[in-house]
Amino acid sequence: MIYDAGEYDIVVIGAGHAGCEAALAAARMGCRTLLTTLSIEHIALMPCNPSVGGPAKAQVVREIDALGGEMAINTDKASIQMRMINTGKGPAVQALRAQADKHQYHLAMVDTLLRQPNLNLLMAEVEKIEADQNGVSAVITKTGARFLCKAVVVTSGTYLKGRIIIGDVIYDGGPNNQVPAMKLSQSLMDLGLTLGRFKTGTPPRINRRSVDFSKMIEQPGDERPLRFSYISPLKPREQISCWLTHSTPLTHQIVMDNIHRAPMFTGVIKGRGPRYCPSFEDKVVRFAHKSSHQLFIEPEGRYTDEMYVQGLNTSLPEDVQLQVLRSIPGLENVHMMRTGYAIEYDYVIPSQLQLTLETQAIPGLFTAGQINGTSGYEEAAGQGLIAGINAALKVQGRDPLILKRSEAYLGVLIDDLVNKENDEPYRLLTSRAEYRLLLRQDNADLRLTAIGREIGLVDDTRWEAFNRKLERLSAAKQQLKETTFTPGDAEMASFLAQHNSAPLKDRISLWELLRRPEIEIEQLAACGWLDEAPADILEQLEIQCKYEGYIKKQQEQVKRFEKLEERRIPEDIDYHQVQGLSNEALQKLQAIRPRSIGQASRISGVNPADINVLLINLEKARRKS
Amino acid sequence: MLEDTIAAISTPPGEGGIAIIRVSGSDAINKVEAIFKPRQKGRIVSQLKGYQMILGWIVDDKDQPIDECLLAIMRKPHSYTAEDTVEIHCHGGVLAARQCLERVLTLGVREALPGEFTQRAYLNGRLDASQAEAVIEIIRARSKKALNLAMKQLTGYNSQYVHRLEDRLIQVTALIEASIDFPEDVGEPDYQEIAGLLSEVRDELARLLAAGKRAEIYRSGAKVVICGKPNVGKSSLLNWLSGWERAIVTEIPGTTRDIIEEYVNIKGIPVRLIDTAGIRRTEDRVEAIGIKMAQQAISEAELAIFLLDITSGITEEDKEIYQSLNPAKTIIFINKDDLLEKQIDTAQIERLFPGIPVIVGSVREEKGLSELEDIVEAMLLAGQGEPGDLEMLLSTRQQQILQRCMEQIGPITEMLGLVSLDCLAVEINEVIEVMGELTGRSLKAEAMERIFRDFCIGK
Repeated sequence: MIYDAGEYDIVVIGAGHAGCEAALAAARMGCRTLLTTLSIEHIALMPCNPSVGGPAKAQVVREIDALGGEMAINTDKASIQMRMINTGKGPAVQALRAQADKHQYHLAMVDTLLRQPNLNLLMAEVEKIEADQNGVSAVITKTGARFLCKAVVVTSGTYLKGRIIIGDVIYDGGPNNQVPAMKLSQSLMDLGLTLGRFKTGTPPRINRRSVDFSKMIEQPGDERPLRFSYISPLKPREQISCWLTHSTPLTHQIVMDNIHRAPMFTGVIKGRGPRYCPSFEDKVVRFAHKSSHQLFIEPEGRYTDEMYVQGLNTSLPEDVQLQVLRSIPGLENVHMMRTGYAIEYDYVIPSQLQLTLETQAIPGLFTAGQINGTSGYEEAAGQGLIAGINAALKVQGRDPLILKRSEAYLGVLIDDLVNKENDEPYRLLTSRAEYRLLLRQDNADLRLTAIGREIGLVDDTRWEAFNRKLERLSAAKQQLKETTFTPGDAEMASFLAQHNSAPLKDRISLWELLRRPEIEIEQLAACGWLDEAPADILEQLEIQCKYEGYIKKQQEQVKRFEKLEERRIPEDIDYHQVQGLSNEALQKLQAIRPRSIGQASRISGVNPADINVLLINLEKARRKS
Repeated sequence: MLEDTIAAISTPPGEGGIAIIRVSGSDAINKVEAIFKPRQKGRIVSQLKGYQMILGWIVDDKDQPIDECLLAIMRKPHSYTAEDTVEIHCHGGVLAARQCLERVLTLGVREALPGEFTQRAYLNGRLDASQAEAVIEIIRARSKKALNLAMKQLTGYNSQYVHRLEDRLIQVTALIEASIDFPEDVGEPDYQEIAGLLSEVRDELARLLAAGKRAEIYRSGAKVVICGKPNVGKSSLLNWLSGWERAIVTEIPGTTRDIIEEYVNIKGIPVRLIDTAGIRRTEDRVEAIGIKMAQQAISEAELAIFLLDITSGITEEDKEIYQSLNPAKTIIFINKDDLLEKQIDTAQIERLFPGIPVIVGSVREEKGLSELEDIVEAMLLAGQGEPGDLEMLLSTRQQQILQRCMEQIGPITEMLGLVSLDCLAVEINEVIEVMGELTGRSLKAEAMERIFRDFCIGK
């Protein structure tokens, strides 16, 4: 029996990384919000690797933070190790990565959710979304509760018709042996959405006490204190190491001897998996000439002995997994605590979305996270935040938030999802961003805090801290530009000699001096030429100074890019009336309905001739009106 | 793409009295101004009003004239495209027009696609709405044609060079991007490998460009003048090379009064052969005009065949003619070797005309003529790629693309290891985007495929 259970502005279905961000954003923006989950014990679950960040992902986590989201703060609370990677490759690609205590991550997020005004948490399986031509109106749970609402954000991860595969053992299930959501897919299809099927996987987990670390290389964290959030306290913490080992020819022999039992090769698995995250058996087959692959043993938490074997995703039968593990140096006597598995699940083909993450078919219905065919906690959280924000903006009758590709990795992510065809789960890579030099992890706050403030997610504390930072930046920059030295200055001469830098020829400012590759801003500060400033201020100025030429170059490119973004296409355009489009372009444009000429030009299957034809037709229409 | 400045030869192909290059876009006037030298000192192109014309020269990067031209300035919206437009009226016909266009294209102006001026005219409100369909037709037709053309130009033997070039750039991109996005799987990039690949790219580009230039001669041809004192046998040579009697051949000096041109084919190179009037002091006004034209023809030609008469020795008149020639572009043919009286010896030639190829022969007896053809071919192709190396036909657009790649690659090889990887990637991305224009492939996308193919990526 269905009963009226209440009314909300926004219902968020699923409390993973996307759902938590969506619900928190909506509630913080003042919407009455319900967050449903299949299991309160598994909120913000990290069912795969115990880490957050890395190239492109770290930038996303910082962007979430600047907009007033939760992932960065929560990671800082739960981190048991932090490392800066890509340090020698330039500021644009430098990326922070944290090992997180999975349980702590879950607990900290639950704590935040429970304290959040306007937000209710409910353990329930939503089976149906009700909607008419005006948009969504309600959701109905398995136990008959009907909640009226104005918007729904579906963040169901890999739970939709989830199917677990371990060798020839196959059963319905969500990640980590959770119950799957078996009914919601049908409801989405009834609403007119097309679903696809993807596959992903996870490695086995092992008991720390059964590992011989003497055969492995220790991977400690960085010693200096690091953080994701611009407002987390910067303090040293006790860190736990990861360990590096590798597979052996024997390991590969075991895989090959049992390859006929591997679901990837027997045809049991039909969903397409990600190439950047292949199963171990796939690696052994495809790179047969390699006699060894790296494997990282990572702690799953501070108070557990469970460890994650990064690099060993597999759906091989359980007995083979055990043999494989025991052929690895240091794991000869290992005890396996969880079996690796592959999981297949339904996803919504994301070309059916708008850039706001609202579905085109159903007003008020948003989807975010792995349901949109992405992979990764960070990609999910970022989408959840944007979907939550846009659901709230819609309910409040405000303009939507669409971040541009030139503004944020989140803009790149959503633009790619909607416009490009993907035949594998989508992962963000820095190389997907055209303006990578501008979208750095060090300047996400400068890029996005003001936007977060306008939306209403940046509270006074963060806003004031941000403005203080801006003031300090501008003061320190002025000082760098206005402090000058002449060739006759003895102190400067000895400084230059000490750092193997050429003597001055003319009067020069500190800013100009800093352009020299051998000069670092810390050295200038150490001489007392700069007022005392926090490390992040100095770092920011150093990047702005040393990379000024390249940054300007990219800013020029952005200007050209934005011209086409600003050429809007009328929302009511009927592409069947547009003469001269190729068939494929017509189908794609009609389905995706791009907002601008720029977006249209990025759609797979739309070529430059189609864009020119479109321009002519728009001009024709303009003259008629 | 919507507002950049574009240029193309707008007169029909073929030899005519003049050819017009149209340059349209916001930078059109400034760009052309930079390569134009007004005849009347002090006149400034960018200060001209709309519909004014100005006489002068299009000059090369060393300020040397390419052709005498009239510029017609049209200011927006009073032009066909409703954009600022400059028309360059070349006086030298097709060849000069191509050279002028290429000069314009070195300024970062893009070669217009067929129909693109008309498209702009429509988008800027210059054409009637009913013409939209016609414009759409042109766009569709050109995308089809461009595709066919690109396929055709890059099939078989030719394409392998371009593919090799693309392949190396893809490899460089893959090395850099894999190291950035998958640091744990890939580690630090191999700078030596990158440097090696880039220098191969540079060499390959140089070869392609040289080959393209060489091929250009086979397509657009060269100008060769035949000169020498009256009655030395110029007309006979022209007749022999062209295979039929056109010039009047008599024993009377000065018979050839006007310039006689003939299109001939020398070893596959289309050559516009110009038989000059005899150059000598004269009171005859008609002949004086002819002489002036001859001198002009000599200065414009890629090569001069300088005829001497073995029976008359080297005269003052010969020396005078020699003064008007560029020694680096001259071949000496000593004619009438069939006659008994010989007044010229090689030592004399060496002394007076050092370093110039010399053939002794006879047009009448057809002696030394195939040797002459060999040397003409060799000199026209000199410095334009190894013979038999590449059979590559490059359009102006393709050459321009390769040239731009070449200009970008040079500095990159020098900054390797000095700039950080993220900045290096910015530079490489620019190159692969330009290179991608050649065949329309997205090299960046292919580089990503390459990463997954070549590197074992996977957490």
